[in-house]
Amino acid sequence: MNLTLKIWRQKDAQSKGKMVDYKVTEISEHMSFLEMMDVLNEQLINAGEEPIAFDHDCREGICGMCSMYINGEAHGPDRGITTCQLHMRMFKDGDTITIEPFRAKAFPVLKDLVVDRSSFDRIQHAGGYISVNTSGNTQDANAIPISKHAADEAMDAATCIGCGACVASCKNSSAMLFVGAKVSQYALLPQGQVEATDRVKNMVAQMDLEGFGNCTNTGACEVECPKGISLENIARMNREFLSANIKG
Amino acid sequence: MSGFFKSSIGRKYAMALSAFFLMFFLLQHFAINILSVFNGEAFNEVSYFMGTNPLVQYILQPVLLFGVIYHFVMGFILEVKNRNARVVKYAKNNGAANSSWMSRNMIWSGLAILGFMVFHFNDFWVPEIVDKFIEGNSQVGKDYLHHVVVMFENPIRVGVYVLAFVFLSLHLLHGFNSAFQSVGANNKYTRGLKGFGKAYAILIPLGFIFIALFHHFNH
Repeated sequence: MNLTLKIWRQKDAQSKGKMVDYKVTEISEHMSFLEMMDVLNEQLINAGEEPIAFDHDCREGICGMCSMYINGEAHGPDRGITTCQLHMRMFKDGDTITIEPFRAKAFPVLKDLVVDRSSFDRIQHAGGYISVNTSGNTQDANAIPISKHAADEAMDAATCIGCGACVASCKNSSAMLFVGAKVSQYALLPQGQVEATDRVKNMVAQMDLEGFGNCTNTGACEVECPKGISLENIARMNREFLSANIKG
Repeated sequence: MSGFFKSSIGRKYAMALSAFFLMFFLLQHFAINILSVFNGEAFNEVSYFMGTNPLVQYILQPVLLFGVIYHFVMGFILEVKNRNARVVKYAKNNGAANSSWMSRNMIWSGLAILGFMVFHFNDFWVPEIVDKFIEGNSQVGKDYLHHVVVMFENPIRVGVYVLAFVFLSLHLLHGFNSAFQSVGANNKYTRGLKGFGKAYAILIPLGFIFIALFHHFNH
């Protein structure tokens, strides 16, 4: 298939960017979106032009690096996927595809389609951990009884890969689905109880400090999340936050 | 709890609590107004009670005014903050793919309701306050229904009211369940609550529209 691509080009974090049009031809419908980008970059390199910078690592839907907003949606029009899992069969021959980096003040663009998501790392550092006694008397985690329901919900929350699609899709650039998932994966398990109060307070404080917007429950994050993280995690974080503030 | 209401989640709670209060108020406002259709005498009696009872006048009325002002002011503050959280906008954004129109346009439905409230206060609340507190007239035996009937004689006013309640319905279609999600209520009852919220968001504004049309065409 032959396509027209409208791609955001930006030299570096300080420069102003703009949309630039490119044509690609003979794209197979079996290619992944990133493979199509590889074809374009090869074309650009052969023509002596600067290739388009985009983040990618595993190309298996796990690393969450791709940060592309394709035709007005995070990771494109398909559901439950990252960009590397988006196939060109989702598009038609002759289509024009708009490709932009994830947009949020807390995710500044570094170059072309690459954004800086270290704000997520700082939120994690603020409380996304547990302390484990490693003196030699550590209890085997499997020996602690945990209900199936709680274990399943904690595992569901833990599947969040921190890709930032929630922030990119949210009209308010809110990070509450990400933070909700990170709070939930510990809040549901006994190992997470020791720091429970400080965790939610510190992670929410860091989230607010980073300049993310406020959640207005549009649900866009849940729909666009490649791992299907549910809004229940935001509700749980809200309950945890209230209870942590009451406890002091 | 010192920093609670300064945090993004604390503000969500505050918006939701003011929304709960306003939704309860709306329900009791409707329950009284519908009396004007079925029993004018009862409508006058309840209106007299609401207009003269000290608990309603000096405690609930200021709380209501605070709730209304807080909900609007905080709504605008959050909207500005949220817009600032994305400095460069998307060249192409397909919001309809993942969220409802109502959820993405709460600020516009809210602004329409705010505009209507200025109009509505000028129609009913201001004349009532002037009559009661400035002119000092006795409220005993006052014909509240007559004022309602006179007001709804004007077809333009009726049109404005109908339009305003359409916007109120759109606001509630997202707002009702959003308020529950904000206070952390997302559980096995959420599905049922969503259905109830939808019914509330459609039936209550529809009821207000019916009242306005009834008085316009029946008198």
